[in-house]
Amino acid sequence: MCESNALCVKVAARGGAFLCVRRYTEIAVIQYRDNPSAIRALVRGGDVHRDVYLSPELFDLEMERLWHRAWVYVGHDSQVPKAGDYFTAEIARQPLVMIRAPDGEVRVFYNRCAHKGSKIVSATSGNCPGVLRCPYHGWTYRLDGTLRTVPLKGGYADTGFAEAPAARGLTPVAAVAVHRGFVFARLSGSGAEFVEYFGDSLSSIDNMADRSPVGRLEVVGGTLRYMHNCNWKMFVENLNDTMHPMVAHESSAGTARDLWKDQPPDAPKPMVIEQFLPFVSNYEFFDKMGVKIYENGHSYTGVNFSIHSKYSSMPEYEAQMDAAYGAERARAILGEIRHNTVYYPSLTVKGAIQTIRIVRPIAADRTLIESSTLRLVGAPESLLERSVMYNRIINAPTSVVGHDDLHCYRAMQEGLAAEGNEWVSLRRNFSSRDEERGVAGSYNGTSEISVRGQFRAWLAAMAPGDGAP
Amino acid sequence: MAAIAEDSELIAFVYAEARLIDEKRLEEWYELFADDSRYWMPLTRGQQNGRTENSLFFDDKLLLKVRIARLRNPHAYSQASPSWCQHVLQAPTIEDRGAATGVAVTRTAFVYVESQQDHQEVYAGVVWHHLKRSGDRLVLMLKKVELLNCEAALSSLQLFP
Repeated sequence: MCESNALCVKVAARGGAFLCVRRYTEIAVIQYRDNPSAIRALVRGGDVHRDVYLSPELFDLEMERLWHRAWVYVGHDSQVPKAGDYFTAEIARQPLVMIRAPDGEVRVFYNRCAHKGSKIVSATSGNCPGVLRCPYHGWTYRLDGTLRTVPLKGGYADTGFAEAPAARGLTPVAAVAVHRGFVFARLSGSGAEFVEYFGDSLSSIDNMADRSPVGRLEVVGGTLRYMHNCNWKMFVENLNDTMHPMVAHESSAGTARDLWKDQPPDAPKPMVIEQFLPFVSNYEFFDKMGVKIYENGHSYTGVNFSIHSKYSSMPEYEAQMDAAYGAERARAILGEIRHNTVYYPSLTVKGAIQTIRIVRPIAADRTLIESSTLRLVGAPESLLERSVMYNRIINAPTSVVGHDDLHCYRAMQEGLAAEGNEWVSLRRNFSSRDEERGVAGSYNGTSEISVRGQFRAWLAAMAPGDGAP
Repeated sequence: MAAIAEDSELIAFVYAEARLIDEKRLEEWYELFADDSRYWMPLTRGQQNGRTENSLFFDDKLLLKVRIARLRNPHAYSQASPSWCQHVLQAPTIEDRGAATGVAVTRTAFVYVESQQDHQEVYAGVVWHHLKRSGDRLVLMLKKVELLNCEAALSSLQLFP
């Protein structure tokens, strides 16, 4: 400990085990890495300590312990339709590339040349016909990641090259799973299997895909990319926070409501009005909507109905669905109108309007949110128009809904610096006795149990108890 | 058919339109749009269809009206500290005088600055004005803003480039 450093002294006063490292002019305080009990103390039933949103050290540990062991969303296989197509993503600070191999499989590699570490591909997406070639020294790789050629290979004779790390080619991620076209990766070699990790929460992805008469989805129309200067968890928590829309979105959705209020009740609503109005539904609406909780942090709101329930019907599409699935099954698919499903920690899905939001944490106070539109293959274009409008008016950096959400996240990121109260309250409908045993189940929609469920998963990854991997 | 307006009138429209936004005379700005017009800012280069591809803006007059009314709403929390903007326009060029179609088209390179508290963002691009005559004045059929960094990760863009 450097006694002269005020930060260290402050940490010591709080009783944290720590190590202070001087790096040039920066000071990094290591308080949590080797201290699982200090991490456990951050989550106290219905309250969490502000450090979970503010601490750069906890952010580093989240990337290592939570994001590397979780099944994180990489992309959709419709983004790499042909052999050699690739799509890049940076997840948990790891440069990744998803590639369609000639055998039709989607593979995910670290986007790093085995030679000196250059990214193999730099564009967001593209096609490498048959071979991946490093732009620096021209090493080439087959689409299965194996090293194909090295220029002037004779220079490596008798150097032990064949046994060196470079000879192994591109490094694949530890595990990849594709569910209805959604490609997930697990970076760490240890962690739950895919189906065990997501369980029945996969039903939200299934429902979105089933809404296509041929059961297929396609990412179309460009990705909306919205930089959030807040902690990633604030965004994820908000997806199933049903107590904020009537407050935070009063100025946008409430304005739409006011502009429409003199219209007769049976007047056909323009799509933009139809999409805005439900955001200012009352507390009773959101409470009765219900929330379903799964283990490992996943959840969805809209168990009984949702803000998408009253969209106008599309008879041509419904007839297509009847023909494809039979009337009973088609009604069941279209009757499942969920609000947001959180695939903790990296993906949120809105099946009823075919929109997904992807969470890409960058730093403790910086998160990129990417929103994509999915086309229901085989469905009329009017459904795509509806999805595109929703994505634009809700998720774009130009969205009046998004502006007020981000304003609130940013206000929390700054407000949490306040001394005197270091705790964030998540106590709505909290029962410590029940939740000690588990959180899975259905609850009233305004409960904060989805957030408590996320922190239960967070803690299990960040400070595993005895017997955990 | 003749050109729908003198070049000088088309050019004056483009300058005046930007000034109304910068001075936040947004209700007057709104009146510059024809009933079936669009305010469009594509998300991707070469985007063809704002209905079936994602855009940053693809507003009809109703959505534009919601945006403007919201900015006047005391509960628009993201505007608790108001944003201000400044357009800096290059001289517009006349791409089409509308003799054949009735719709004149101008092209204007721009720099757009939006600021809020200590935060300021600078954007650049090209704006296309599609104008038609309505009685004694010109109205917008389409204002299409091609942002230079449309595909970048943007922070909140709260006013109107």
